[in-house]
Amino acid sequence: MSARPILSVEGLSKQFVLRSEGFGVPPRTVQAVSNVSLDLGEGHTLGIVGESGCGKSTTARLLMGLIRPDAGSIRLDGREIDRSARGLTEFRRYVQMVFQDSSASLNPRLTIEASVMFGPMVHGVARPAARAIAHRLLDRVGLEPMRFAGRYPHELSGGQRQRVNIARALALEPRIVIFDEAVSALDKSIEAQVLNLLLDLKADLKLSYIFISHDLNVVRYISDDVLVMYLGEVVEYGPAASIYARPTHPYTRALLASMPSLDPDRRTTAPPITGDPPSPIEPPPGCRFHTRCALADEVCRSAKPASSSCGAQHFVSCHMLDPRSGHRQAGQP
Amino acid sequence: MSERVAPLLDVRDLNVAFSGERGTVHAVNGVSFQLEAGRVLGLLGESGSGKSVTMRALLRILPENRARISGSIHCNGRDVLALNRRDLNSFRGGDVAMIFQDPGVALDPVFTIGNQIADTVIRHKGVSRQVARARALEMLDLVRIPSARRRLDNYPHELSGDMRQRAMIALALSCSPRLLLADEPTTALDATVQIQVILLLRELQKDLGMAAIFVTHDVGVAAEISDDIAVMYAGRIVELGPARDVIKRPRHPYTRGLLASTIHAESHGARIAGIPGSPPDLARLQEGCAFAPRCTLAGPECRLKGPELAQDSPGHHFACFRSMP
Amino acid sequence: MTLAFDPPVARASLGYWAGVSRRLRRDTVSMVCLVVLLLIIAAAICAPLIAPYDPSVGSVVRRLRPVGTPGHLLGTDDLGRDMLTRLLYGARLSLIMGIVPVCIALVIGGSLGMLAGFVGGRVNTVVMRTADVFFAFPSVLLAIAIAGILGAGVVNSIVALTIVLIPPLVRVSESATAQVSALDFVEAARASGARDTTILRVHVLSNILGPVLVYTTSLFSVAVILASGLSFIGLGAKPPTPEWGLMLNNLRNAIYSQPLVAALPGVLIFVVSLSFNLLADGLRSAMDVR
Ligand SMILES: Nc1ncnc2c1ncn2[C@@H]1O[C@H](COP(=O)(O)OP(=O)(O)OP(=O)(O)O)[C@@H](O)[C@H]1O
Ligand SMILES: Nc1ncnc2c1ncn2[C@@H]1O[C@H](COP(=O)(O)OP(=O)(O)OP(=O)(O)O)[C@@H](O)[C@H]1O
Ligand code: SF4
Ligand SMILES: [Mg+2]
Ligand SMILES: [Mg+2]
Repeated sequence: MSARPILSVEGLSKQFVLRSEGFGVPPRTVQAVSNVSLDLGEGHTLGIVGESGCGKSTTARLLMGLIRPDAGSIRLDGREIDRSARGLTEFRRYVQMVFQDSSASLNPRLTIEASVMFGPMVHGVARPAARAIAHRLLDRVGLEPMRFAGRYPHELSGGQRQRVNIARALALEPRIVIFDEAVSALDKSIEAQVLNLLLDLKADLKLSYIFISHDLNVVRYISDDVLVMYLGEVVEYGPAASIYARPTHPYTRALLASMPSLDPDRRTTAPPITGDPPSPIEPPPGCRFHTRCALADEVCRSAKPASSSCGAQHFVSCHMLDPRSGHRQAGQP
Repeated sequence: MSERVAPLLDVRDLNVAFSGERGTVHAVNGVSFQLEAGRVLGLLGESGSGKSVTMRALLRILPENRARISGSIHCNGRDVLALNRRDLNSFRGGDVAMIFQDPGVALDPVFTIGNQIADTVIRHKGVSRQVARARALEMLDLVRIPSARRRLDNYPHELSGDMRQRAMIALALSCSPRLLLADEPTTALDATVQIQVILLLRELQKDLGMAAIFVTHDVGVAAEISDDIAVMYAGRIVELGPARDVIKRPRHPYTRGLLASTIHAESHGARIAGIPGSPPDLARLQEGCAFAPRCTLAGPECRLKGPELAQDSPGHHFACFRSMP
Repeated sequence: MTLAFDPPVARASLGYWAGVSRRLRRDTVSMVCLVVLLLIIAAAICAPLIAPYDPSVGSVVRRLRPVGTPGHLLGTDDLGRDMLTRLLYGARLSLIMGIVPVCIALVIGGSLGMLAGFVGGRVNTVVMRTADVFFAFPSVLLAIAIAGILGAGVVNSIVALTIVLIPPLVRVSESATAQVSALDFVEAARASGARDTTILRVHVLSNILGPVLVYTTSLFSVAVILASGLSFIGLGAKPPTPEWGLMLNNLRNAIYSQPLVAALPGVLIFVVSLSFNLLADGLRSAMDVR
């Protein structure tokens, strides 16, 4: 986080009101994202990890300006984003996104060339120039335009489709690209090819990345900083090296210990944590993790832990880190 | 493996082809392997390599009009490909049970968990409903569903994803199968839940002395649960051996590439040495080794005919002409 | 050995609609239906050129001649008018009363549904609830009621039929639009800064056209029957105008003396309706890729 922040976010929150289940029944709300703050350094990659439903995609859509936050601020280069229609169009040039489902994110009725051309044409580039951009980018992501430009999405493999999505995201010359589980659905050998491509593109085009994934190994591989989310909240945030060397929040530790070991001689012996994550509809009070935490104490059930520092730029939201919280093991995690 | 006892499962030269509009898809091509009672075979491979089709062939649940199966499958002393309809029904769920990636496929939404398990037990064991209910309760306890007695009367949609998966395992194990076929049962689960399910399956398999085939595309998951690992590529087994040997001393270039592409703790920052290209179209398979177009070691002989499985060390086989230790 | 890779020439891939039309052309039943419909439409257009007589002039002495009478290939009706001539002219009005309402309803209902599905929220609630109110009545009763209120006549029946056909089209287009709008490529388009109208035109329309067209084709078959029905009960075309439903009514009394002649308009209504229906089925399977 030493680099100048290109994107800084503070106190971002979003809740979804679900459809009421009948007359008189008060509608329920999903606390999808609660009070998320982060900084993306220029030229850095920020990894966001967490289990299904913890609010990773919602965070991404908030950062893209696709949905309006209930609270919080998003600043690009120190300037708050302008939420007028023109301001958002301008903002979206700079922040682009690649989605998980490579086939749902391409229009099945458009050739891949047309899909890549769409963005520049929306921004007023003439058709021949847009086509030239598309061909250059397709070539850049490893799809020979001569062979591929005229094809439809269903004529490509998953890995090839994801390359088209990357080309499409790059067509507006963004400065930040958000990858929402963009490699999760790919086979390992293809995933490796795409990750290599991402690293090359980042260096060539001076991009900054936000990389969302549930695969901790991949996040560690690609990220400079890591943000760990649980039920819509940030539980741990800091430099990747520091978090992987000294995971501090009980959830981060459990998550890391849950990764299969890759060594038949050192198999996992006991589950690091039991049960399912609870529903984000009416999340548990206090620390949202207390229902599954082996170290939970009285205070965890009632009070929300504050964010404490536990190393250079390394923050953890757990009562045990705060000596004055009243947790029995406070100060000695 | 010194004494010659007949293995629980003996598959020889299994071939499965699907005829369709786009031509014939050769999904499984000459797969042979044996599995002894009480052991776990991890079937590792990428999407489309024929893992699920192999599992379905073992249970004979492939669409009969479109799938052509040849070769032989012997399980628990029965010739599976020759079973008639009645024997097949007692074979499925009785001798061999299967669990799937999506519990929604295996659990019927209109019956309670307890009734589904009880019905299966009654069908296979012919016991009274009371005994079957008791068995259902015992099974839910076994897979560690909390407050099992209450859960007996729950419908599948009333359970969380984690518990649904456990209920499906309980259903599959309720008739004490000799062989469990698990087709990516943990792929859709979160990391913290996945490891719980793997550990549970490993423990149950040991306690019940069951043999299991565990399909996965995740090397880590295969390493966690398997005694032996078979690596599949384009419908063939390209490497087969004890899990430790296959992971620590892989011999086939594809296995090596797969391990190199699997990112683990040490890989930070360095470029990943992946495998170039993509898997072949199974409707247009060429002569020779199916991996040759992507293989850095490939030579002229690789394109002429396919390599057979050859022994490296006891029990460790691989199919490659040119791999050096 | 064949090449394992595509030759390096820019390959204009076969478009979606080209594929659909190729599959449709291979489907014999659909092609037969299409040819039948085109022949009937062509005959209706060319009626003045090919009809042997004047449709409104009959002769009292040649009443109710059977099918096959020399000079009157399909016989004559109760007023001695040539049946072939009247069926040809009748096709014009019957087809117009069947096809025009569907086309108007497609434009109105299709756009309303797209709007409701895409915008969602309150707009969706208002549009869909209104459609539901109309949908609650059986279409036949609704058509009769509206035509009854508006009064008999060709234009009024077209209006009535249009009103009846709008709600189902709103529904189909709304659900298709909502499905497409939930897909990531719409989100991606929005993320590239495209305005809603651009997204609707480029991304939504191209994807809902298929299901909506299939449904529309099957609606033609309903509309032709409803239109004849209205004329049959006297709410549509008025005598002596030739129209199939009306002719069916006029020939009711001849059902015992010349059953074949009396049935002819009904047979044609049936053939047209069935052809549209089978064509819709063929179209549906031709659009079903993978
Ligand atoms: N439009 C919406 N309306 C209602 N609830 C929503 C909406 N979008 C997301 N949610 C809910 O918000 C929570 C967070 O969702 P989100 O998609 O951000 O999770 P995620 O971390 O991306 O999960 P996954 O790993 O499964 O993609 C979930 O419980 C989800 O059901
Ligand atoms: N019923 C079927 N009809 C035609 N082809 C089929 C059928 N089932 C599978 N195939 C084809 O057989 C090949 C192998 O499929 P299979 O499902 O065994 O792959 P897999 O290894 O299980 O992959 P995944 O990891 O994606 O589940 C694929 O090319 C698939 O398209
Ligand atoms: S705050 Fe309490 S419950 Fe939450 S992680 Fe820390 S110890 Fe566990
Ligand atoms: Mg998500
Ligand atoms: Mg499979």
